[in-house]
Amino acid sequence: MNKPRPAHIDMVANTKLALQDADLQGALNHALVRFRRLRTDAAAEVPEWEALRDLAGEIKAHALARLDVHLTQLESRIAALGGTVHWASDAVEARRIIADLVRTRGVRRVVKSKSMTTEEIHLNRALEAAGVAVVETDLGEYVLQLAGEPPSHIIAPTIHKSVAAVSRLFSEKLGAPPLDDPEDLNRVARKALRTEFLAADMGITGVNFAIAETGTLVVVENEGNARLATTRPRIHVAVMGIEKVLPRLADLGVLLRVLARSATGQRASVYVSMITGPRRTGEADGPEELHLLILDNGRTRLLADPDLRDSLRCVRCGACLNVCPVYERAGGHAYESVYSGPIGSVITPVLEGLPRAGDLPFASTLCGACAEVCPVKIDLPRMLLELRARAVRAGVIGWVDRLFARGWTFAMSGPARLRVVAGLGRLVQRLLVRRGRIERLPYPFAGWTAHRTAPPLAAQAFRDWWRSR
Amino acid sequence: MPGRAPGSSSPVALFVTCLVDQLFPHVGAATVRVLERAGCAVNFPGAQTCCGQPTFNDGFWADAAGLARRFLDVFADAPQIVVPSGSCAAMVREWYPRLLRDEPAQAERARAVGQRTYELSEYLVRVLRLTDLGARFPGAVAYHPACHGLRGLHLREEPLALLRGVRDLRLVPLPGAEECCGFGGFFAVKFSGLSGAMLEAKLRAIESSGAEVVTATDVSCLMHIAGGLTRRRSKIRVMHIAEVLAAV
Repeated sequence: MNKPRPAHIDMVANTKLALQDADLQGALNHALVRFRRLRTDAAAEVPEWEALRDLAGEIKAHALARLDVHLTQLESRIAALGGTVHWASDAVEARRIIADLVRTRGVRRVVKSKSMTTEEIHLNRALEAAGVAVVETDLGEYVLQLAGEPPSHIIAPTIHKSVAAVSRLFSEKLGAPPLDDPEDLNRVARKALRTEFLAADMGITGVNFAIAETGTLVVVENEGNARLATTRPRIHVAVMGIEKVLPRLADLGVLLRVLARSATGQRASVYVSMITGPRRTGEADGPEELHLLILDNGRTRLLADPDLRDSLRCVRCGACLNVCPVYERAGGHAYESVYSGPIGSVITPVLEGLPRAGDLPFASTLCGACAEVCPVKIDLPRMLLELRARAVRAGVIGWVDRLFARGWTFAMSGPARLRVVAGLGRLVQRLLVRRGRIERLPYPFAGWTAHRTAPPLAAQAFRDWWRSR
Repeated sequence: MPGRAPGSSSPVALFVTCLVDQLFPHVGAATVRVLERAGCAVNFPGAQTCCGQPTFNDGFWADAAGLARRFLDVFADAPQIVVPSGSCAAMVREWYPRLLRDEPAQAERARAVGQRTYELSEYLVRVLRLTDLGARFPGAVAYHPACHGLRGLHLREEPLALLRGVRDLRLVPLPGAEECCGFGGFFAVKFSGLSGAMLEAKLRAIESSGAEVVTATDVSCLMHIAGGLTRRRSKIRVMHIAEVLAAV
């Protein structure tokens, strides 16, 4: 988790490694087949599902179109309720703001609920450096914190781990006996976490939706740990990207419905916490202090980009990962970034730059399965294509692609040239064709024949057959 | 011809695609036979080459735009353009206007030409309203819905309706039919292992379906699947949907 980040994400090498990991392949396939079935069934239950997706997408698009207005309204509502809003332009600023809060409030112990945005700013590292004990309380995140690994899926962070691997980890780190029932493992974690909740001074959570008109922060989860983290400790710090704001409370119902069904196939998530301000006089629970940190960290670059802006509609349901045949085989860690799968391949190149993440948009067959399930109708394949064009313009792609493009464009620039190039091909392929097929192509096209034979150029092209007809 | 009065020939310009032209000319010949049997007067503009999709998908948009302009020149006057490929038809209809958006006149021309461009099964079923072409093909056939036809052109029922219209053809369900075969153009070379793993899943599904023949609307996916089947020494054959429909 704390390893220095390499300059360039080598997706080819990373996916090769992932494919050799039989445990990973088994765990991913097992979980994703189930996720896909659950989502399909949950969507089929709703006759107006497609209209609901349209509406959800339009609500998010509308919110993004007037983001400045909604965010300032949110800020003033939260301030009026007695909360504090902080603005951070990047991860450094976000970490500094939270470290300051921790220091000035004398916080020693922090419980966190699952939040990709805090992963994005590497918050745990900064808090630990400030001498604070941080505990992840989402079961999956807790497992990963023990293992010292980053999450590999937006909603199912331990998707790459088998039950046996978790059991070994719990024995090693918590001294638990070997257990093969996930419920027993859950019990071990729950017991350990209960103490942490009671001892914590601060709860840190993400935010799924923030309602501008009411100043309400909405946190969606299934385990109850976010509910505890936002009610038990004396301080609650919520961290959200600028894109999480919704104008009206009435918008929330639509988004909660598509989120739960798309993410886990549930009709509704088990816990939906709606937090409107800190504890008021006379209330029995809730934190004394409520802080909302609103993070940019590259998002305004997406907002200013007409071709990619819609990626900010994302509600982080993970459905695009679950149906992606590349994610299914690569796993989340291959993307070497917080957000993996199709949505990660779109936003990471903008958030972290094309020199580092220029490979990601190419790691796709453009099959379109992601766009078909996205609950807010983000046209992910179109954005992957846009980013490929930018990668080429930025010169961050390899010479093989260039050679291929130059050769192809030359050969296809007219029928006369095509005839000459194909004619040469027919001569050269005599060295390669055996029994009507090519078993091995030379570098750099050897990748094709590593897994399949190649067809030879036909003795007579269609255009020649047509003329002789 | 069922569903169509004889003699009422629709003029059709065939964009045969670069892969069919150079690698699978028999698919082009079958497409011509099917269209003629459907009552079309087929023309093959000889200046055509490639729609530019391979370079477009790999990010080389300046190269692709050159081929797009060439395509629009070649097919400017064609009343209707029929393509035996969902992905090439989608390239013209869906992507040319985006690719050429900085040249308004070309983009406008692209929209006009795109509206007249059809994938073969789409043209037969949606435009000519034909599902029975008098074909006969004895055997168990699995249909692989190629992604760009399926999700780009929304062709779910059209190819199946045509296959159901073929006498003696037994259509067998393909498990996980709508999952990508892993072709993805240059992806299959660059991300060879990933592509191979996706192909493996598709081949297992095809083998478990009991099909003797696997068919699709695109030779690109079929080339990929066929390459995998030959490598496994499988007896299962691949045929483009035009070849199945041309069989009598």
